[in-house]
Amino acid sequence: MRPMIDREQVLHVAKLARLRLSEPELETMTGELSGILEHVDRIGKLDLEGVEPTSHVVELENVLRADVPRPSLPREVALAPAPEPLDGAFRVPSPQADA
Amino acid sequence: MGGLLELTVAQAAAKIAAGEIAAEEYYEAWRGAAAGDELNAYLCSVDDGAAYEVEEGPLRGIPVAIKDIFCTEGTPTTAGSRILEGYRPPYTATAVRRLDAAGARVLGKTNMDEFAMGSSNENSAYGPVLNPWDRGRVPGGSSGGSAAAVAGGLAPCAIGTDTGGSIRQPASLCGIVGLKPTYGAISRYGMIAFASSLDQCGPLTRDVTDAALLLAAMEGRDPCDSTSVGIEGGVVAPSQEDLKGLRFAVPSELGRDSFDAGVREVFEATLARIEALGGEIAEVSLPSAEHGISAYYVIAPAEASSNLARYDGVRYGQRAETAADLVEMYETTRSEGFGPEVKRRIMLGTYALSSGYYDAYYGQAQKVRTKIADDFSAAFAEFDFVVTPTSPSVAFGLGEKTDDPLSMYLNDFFTVPMSLAGIPAISIPTGLAEPAGGGPKLPVGFQIAAPAFAEQKLLEAAYALEQAVGFESRPEGVDG
Repeated sequence: MRPMIDREQVLHVAKLARLRLSEPELETMTGELSGILEHVDRIGKLDLEGVEPTSHVVELENVLRADVPRPSLPREVALAPAPEPLDGAFRVPSPQADA
Repeated sequence: MGGLLELTVAQAAAKIAAGEIAAEEYYEAWRGAAAGDELNAYLCSVDDGAAYEVEEGPLRGIPVAIKDIFCTEGTPTTAGSRILEGYRPPYTATAVRRLDAAGARVLGKTNMDEFAMGSSNENSAYGPVLNPWDRGRVPGGSSGGSAAAVAGGLAPCAIGTDTGGSIRQPASLCGIVGLKPTYGAISRYGMIAFASSLDQCGPLTRDVTDAALLLAAMEGRDPCDSTSVGIEGGVVAPSQEDLKGLRFAVPSELGRDSFDAGVREVFEATLARIEALGGEIAEVSLPSAEHGISAYYVIAPAEASSNLARYDGVRYGQRAETAADLVEMYETTRSEGFGPEVKRRIMLGTYALSSGYYDAYYGQAQKVRTKIADDFSAAFAEFDFVVTPTSPSVAFGLGEKTDDPLSMYLNDFFTVPMSLAGIPAISIPTGLAEPAGGGPKLPVGFQIAAPAFAEQKLLEAAYALEQAVGFESRPEGVDG
């Protein structure tokens, strides 16, 4: 039987998810995801035409609060857990390697 | 000192309020017990020595073990992940603040499956938790540390989170009470997100009364979580003595062969106990519930893949140092920081949400979710409660299911449908059974589910049953 998801697809999904998989991880992941998707695929065969999807169980609409300013975390407190805070901002590597 | 540790939370709170025990003395007794943790239940204990003002309130002086998924200001919070190693949140979760306001005090942060993804606590980056009944077995998950701490005499009570069974299943496997409240009963603010439409905070306690006390302190609307609504009328300690006139439904699809013989025996005996208390038992059909696992393992990973996108090494947590550019930094940080199960679920969720597959997986799973909620609504038109075993087996061995993610997922068969429907469910211990492969007897949990926001009614029924069952067993060497 054809696997539910192949190596190329797994690589593509990993790229979307910003994960890098080692060769053994890729191998294992392909097999495991196929197994899980095969199980999950059972619901694909159900006739659910016309059934409304549920994204959330509590029916809430427009939960509003008064639009008044209130104190938020001080900037230095919010930045304290960052790996590399710099001048009130988050420092990151350059988006382009050779820039 | 043993005497102090034998008290339930309700008993201790009453003695502290009456001045028979000093709050500090009680806390110190538990701090000593927690320091003797041999189960890897705690990831960090809260240092004493700091001046502490005990708030007046119904939980005055009560120490609580907190699952390490709740942000606690200045105290390390890891969610069981390497990627948050060393993270000290700048604020405290609402649930913890409410406990604090009721007079309770954090005892320590408990171990858990990484980002609450798991049913055995073996997915923690900080090592597995051992079941106090048999250290060769798992405590269940993902709130395994919280359950083991309460069952193992390392905390009088604990809180955890339940997305598909993560409070109820470890409570069952450790022989304690675990309650997943209605979605929206307790604020999720400061609770590290796994699957936002399913995650719910709840108590893990020695008995039903203690669960009610903790729920009463934590429930309520919170302006910081727009999906929180609280429980109308609040919650009080239960006192009901019988089950007269109450109707309990057993799902006809339950397939009594789908769980262990020992579990079945305890389950049947508990049904007989319900009847003896005046309750009525009948079968009800929940035709879509059997698709719960499939729908859950699309919806939860999909939401997780989105929620966990925030761990990119920029604002908090670990960052890979060697990266040449930004994208490489993201990828290396995430690849080194996440464990195998978290990667698996991010991959599964990303795939289910990706172009071309969205309707077939995520869209379809959301429709199944509607069908499952409809099944429960139909059942509750006729019945007060739906009951099942909490878990298909007693605690299984460490390493027994780690090579087969699907068989691990199937552990959640009885707990996932209630999560998808957003309804409250409690697990209480009602007996002991031998594991399928033989060996000393282990606890079996009984699950009772009720309509949304019917927590008081659920607690009353669970209390009446608990009193009649009189489950007094404790792991060897644990008082109380």
